[in-house]
Amino acid sequence: MTAAPALSVENLSVEFRTRSGVVKALERVSFTVGEGETLALVGESGSGKSVTAYAVMGIFDPAGRVTEGKAMLGGLDLLSASPDELAKVRGREIAMIFQNPRTALNPIRPVGRQIADVLLRHADVTRADAPAKAVELLRAVGITDPARRAKAYPFEMSGGMCQRVMIAIALAAKPSLLIADEPTTGLDVTTQAVIMDLIGGLAGEIGMATIFITHDLALAAQRAANIAVMHAGHIVELAPTRELFAHPRHPYTAELIAAMPDTAADLNELASIPGSLPDLRRADLPPCRYSERCPRKLVACERPLPAPATDNPHLVACWNPL
Amino acid sequence: MTALLDVAELSKRFPAGRPSGPIARLRRRFAGGPEKLPFVYAVDDVSFTIGKGETVGLVGESGCGKSTVVRVVTRLLDPTDGAIKLGTRELSHTRAKRFARDIDRKRIQMVFQDAGESINPRFTAFAAIADPLRRLRELSGAELRRKVEEAATRCGLPLELLTRFPHQLSGGQRARVGIARAVAVEPDLLVLDEPTAALDVSVQVVILQLLQRLKSELSMSYLFVSHDLSVVRLLCDRVLVMYLGKIVEAGPAKDVFDHPLHPYTQALVAAVPSINEHGLERLRLIGEPRSPIDPDPNVCRFYGRCPYGVDHCKTEMPVLRGFPAHRQAACHFAGTVGQ
Repeated sequence: MTAAPALSVENLSVEFRTRSGVVKALERVSFTVGEGETLALVGESGSGKSVTAYAVMGIFDPAGRVTEGKAMLGGLDLLSASPDELAKVRGREIAMIFQNPRTALNPIRPVGRQIADVLLRHADVTRADAPAKAVELLRAVGITDPARRAKAYPFEMSGGMCQRVMIAIALAAKPSLLIADEPTTGLDVTTQAVIMDLIGGLAGEIGMATIFITHDLALAAQRAANIAVMHAGHIVELAPTRELFAHPRHPYTAELIAAMPDTAADLNELASIPGSLPDLRRADLPPCRYSERCPRKLVACERPLPAPATDNPHLVACWNPL
Repeated sequence: MTALLDVAELSKRFPAGRPSGPIARLRRRFAGGPEKLPFVYAVDDVSFTIGKGETVGLVGESGCGKSTVVRVVTRLLDPTDGAIKLGTRELSHTRAKRFARDIDRKRIQMVFQDAGESINPRFTAFAAIADPLRRLRELSGAELRRKVEEAATRCGLPLELLTRFPHQLSGGQRARVGIARAVAVEPDLLVLDEPTAALDVSVQVVILQLLQRLKSELSMSYLFVSHDLSVVRLLCDRVLVMYLGKIVEAGPAKDVFDHPLHPYTQALVAAVPSINEHGLERLRLIGEPRSPIDPDPNVCRFYGRCPYGVDHCKTEMPVLRGFPAHRQAACHFAGTVGQ
């Protein structure tokens, strides 16, 4: 992590109030993403990947509440910023690509118009220039015959093309931070490869920091410089990609890697992870939320988690790492 | 290996963009002469077999016709042309509606993609598993209960969960209900449509291992549809690769993925992310597939997206031809490009 951090998140904790109790969705999550760098947040469903993104974007459900932490983008703390300040930053400085492009796009507005809307609001483009600029952006994301496609509605396009439109919208104002939440889930592998090339290429061109959220460890390995592995609202391990796969230190990371079908030669070689995520509403959640599933558990694991190392880029939240 | 399922020259075409309604019908009637209507060639002249105890994978992009093949083979749809033989029985002459009550209905069962969506939300796990046993094996009372519990136990579903509704079960438990329901009637052929697509990796492993075990315990054959090539490679003996309604490559799963012959398979394999990048150079497919509506029978379906396409490819459709080691590919240049 050599580049200057574009975003630095420190001790982010989030709670959701529900009828059946308070869900401690995130606890002291910290990470930084440098300019032009890609950080992948990886974990199973319910691990807190998307909540992290929503907290940074400030787009919570009213039941959600940030209880602690900072998220510094430039000089601005996104978590304590006023709605006006946030509105200025969102779309212009931070942009987000959502999981399902078809539901994220407006179904009754031509895609060219939707891109023009963002340009008018965030990119200092005049009303006269916006349509032509939108067509140009469609061309930049690799849509053939962009002038005709600009008039199309989302339902007239394939999933891959809708995702290209989402990317065009996200990158319209050349933001300094992009959050991509499972941008290729539901797309074919061939389309996935092209879309990821596109995001990577454009991010490189404008020196944008990217947070890439995925459940696919292999895809993260291929696309991100650093990977943060999440489990039950904690980042359990954060390391440079190569290092993480070569020497996973947290038992959960090691088990995730062992469960990946592409590393095995035989189905019986694959290991499953026993147990399931703890109920995050419990009052007696142990300090290490993995400890109840962990084969390496010690008595020492009852203590609060160790403080993260400051001199090593390979961080692990574990008393008995591998 | 004797073939359990023998599918020959199967085609399924759907009418496309035909105006409907009474006025359009009248207009057609009085316009004179039979008019040529456009058709979507969803499945076009597809042949394959599945041996007893064999697992055959079916892969390809969305829109390539995998699901139509599955729905025709499971006899939920009627084929336009072709034969479907299960053992000695020819199934293609029985209409899909009648097949629902056919004596052989229980021999072909299906596990659907997302168990959360495919189980009736108002059925408990017990009712979901019992339904096919009631209809197809005409069981009731204590015998029905015994069979449901046997299927649940076999699929690793704790019996105390049988009274729960789908929304009260986890993703992995729902997947088990979907599988238990399909295997309860002891089919010969189980068709699995992306059974683990909605699951996390840690749960996926358990479900795949369960499927592997059930196959030998109940001596079933599998047709396994998936877009996840690394799963297909682990679970399947043979694999069929489809592109725009046609099988473009077939062969033993490991060989096909390690040394793909067809340029489309090569692109597919290259697109799969892997933590240990292997030697295949990054091949990218540009553009969208050709239209499946009334395709030119002389043009290779992959032409236009294929990095090796030449003029020959748009004057003669390549046919599926044999290669050493039980492999087949439909490309004029198979085996000579991208190796």
